[in-house]
Amino acid sequence: MFDAPPSSNLPPRAGVGYKPQHYMAITQDAGPLGWLEIHAENYMGHGGRPIAQLRHLSERFPISVHGVGLSIGGEGPLDPDHLSRLKHLVDWLNPASFSEHLAWSTHDSHFLNDLLPLPYTAKTVDRVSAHIDQVQNHLGRQMLLENPSSYLAFKDSDMSETDFLREVVGKTGCGLLLDVNNVFVSATNLQTSPQDYIDSFPLDAVGEMHLGGHDEDEDEAGAPLLIDSHGKAVVDPVWALLDYTLAKSGPKPLLIEWDNDVPDWDVLLDEITRADAALALV
Amino acid sequence: MVTQTQFQAGLLDPTQPAPDGLINPNGDQATKRYDVYRNNVAVSLSDALEAAFPVIRKLVGDQFFRAMAGVYLRKHPPTTPMMMFYGQAMPQFLRRFEPAKSLPYLPDIARVELAMRQSYHAADATPINATILAEMAPDTLISAKLKLAPATVVLQSDYPIYSIFIANTVDGAPPAKMEPENMLITRPNFDPAPHLISNAAAHCITSLQNGDSLGVAMSTSGPDLDLGATLGLLLGQSAICEI
Repeated sequence: MFDAPPSSNLPPRAGVGYKPQHYMAITQDAGPLGWLEIHAENYMGHGGRPIAQLRHLSERFPISVHGVGLSIGGEGPLDPDHLSRLKHLVDWLNPASFSEHLAWSTHDSHFLNDLLPLPYTAKTVDRVSAHIDQVQNHLGRQMLLENPSSYLAFKDSDMSETDFLREVVGKTGCGLLLDVNNVFVSATNLQTSPQDYIDSFPLDAVGEMHLGGHDEDEDEAGAPLLIDSHGKAVVDPVWALLDYTLAKSGPKPLLIEWDNDVPDWDVLLDEITRADAALALV
Repeated sequence: MVTQTQFQAGLLDPTQPAPDGLINPNGDQATKRYDVYRNNVAVSLSDALEAAFPVIRKLVGDQFFRAMAGVYLRKHPPTTPMMMFYGQAMPQFLRRFEPAKSLPYLPDIARVELAMRQSYHAADATPINATILAEMAPDTLISAKLKLAPATVVLQSDYPIYSIFIANTVDGAPPAKMEPENMLITRPNFDPAPHLISNAAAHCITSLQNGDSLGVAMSTSGPDLDLGATLGLLLGQSAICEI
């Protein structure tokens, strides 16, 4: 159990996932940009431009470090080398927040570069909690855990995702990163209600929210199958779900995630402006 | 219970069925939904290889590259989450990859692309002032050890690696002549810079990197070494960071 005070110090404003192609635009005129999020793994080189840019940006903006490679949901132990690299980054950067995913990505020393799902059971609650304890103790700070996008369900699951997250928060003292697009994608794919999910989500533990775009497909039975692609604008139903959520949670740091087919800065600026407008309504 | 071993097995092997225990909302066994993960893994790794080896891709064409990447990523999945270093086994892989045998220089071009990335992400270093070398007495200079910036890389090849690399990265560069070439990569600021260097210069710089004194590096590099030009290149490229 990690009982230090919460270390998510992001402002309750709109931020954006940082892409190097936007460096000039951001440093010249960031507009209403409130903060930046980086993927931890992209800044684990030894030096050069990525580190120099990050150092410069961190002097001007609160930074959220978002890991995509810890494999917290993995059956095996966490990779000690990766934990050390993460600690090195977090120690010099001292970010406003560190977050990771409820997912696994490494197995048998193979990194699969995707966020893979796990069943929700008492056993996996214990495994994920033990890994989060290890991360928080190693980094000496609280972390936020992000809800995944689900495409399918496990026969073995015997608890809901929100109950699972609530138990992990209770056992570890971690916070949560609520990805509103993931809620919408999962609810559509699993044919459940996104509002019910939000209603049962431990919103008090939320230190950050994500918004992103998704692709649309269907499964072999013709049922809708949304893919969390981070390659498009946020759709209207997700903005509406954000409004629904913010009305219950109060203002939170909101991140626009756009990782593929990255658009010009102006397009991201429109999304930031819309996120700020949603926050202004709360 | 679907284990992660079972879940992983099908991700990289399209001939395997989706594991039991994964279901659609209607309770049926999930197949297309499992394929989302298969597709994410293969596409993201293939995209990472495209980003890492743009010159190889240009040399073999998009279609060939995609097919080759599909074979590579199944044989050599990443071993760390740092995708910017993915593809370290590409030179060995290409050496044994039958369909690429007609382009015997490909493995060495892969070495060049890996080295450019290594240089890009290497630790920063503060260069020495060029006047320090000029002011040193000759015998002090001979026994001095020069520490080169970590972003400095020397590559030797039986193929024209520099000319092929330049011909595929610089507009209007002349086509390569099939002869052995050596290449030096420096990083004066943030962008790695390729240079064509002689055999003797490659030997000398490698010797300096190994910690030999300038005298030893010079005397073992043969009579063709143009020491002034070699040191001038290193100094001009901010590649000497300690003496």
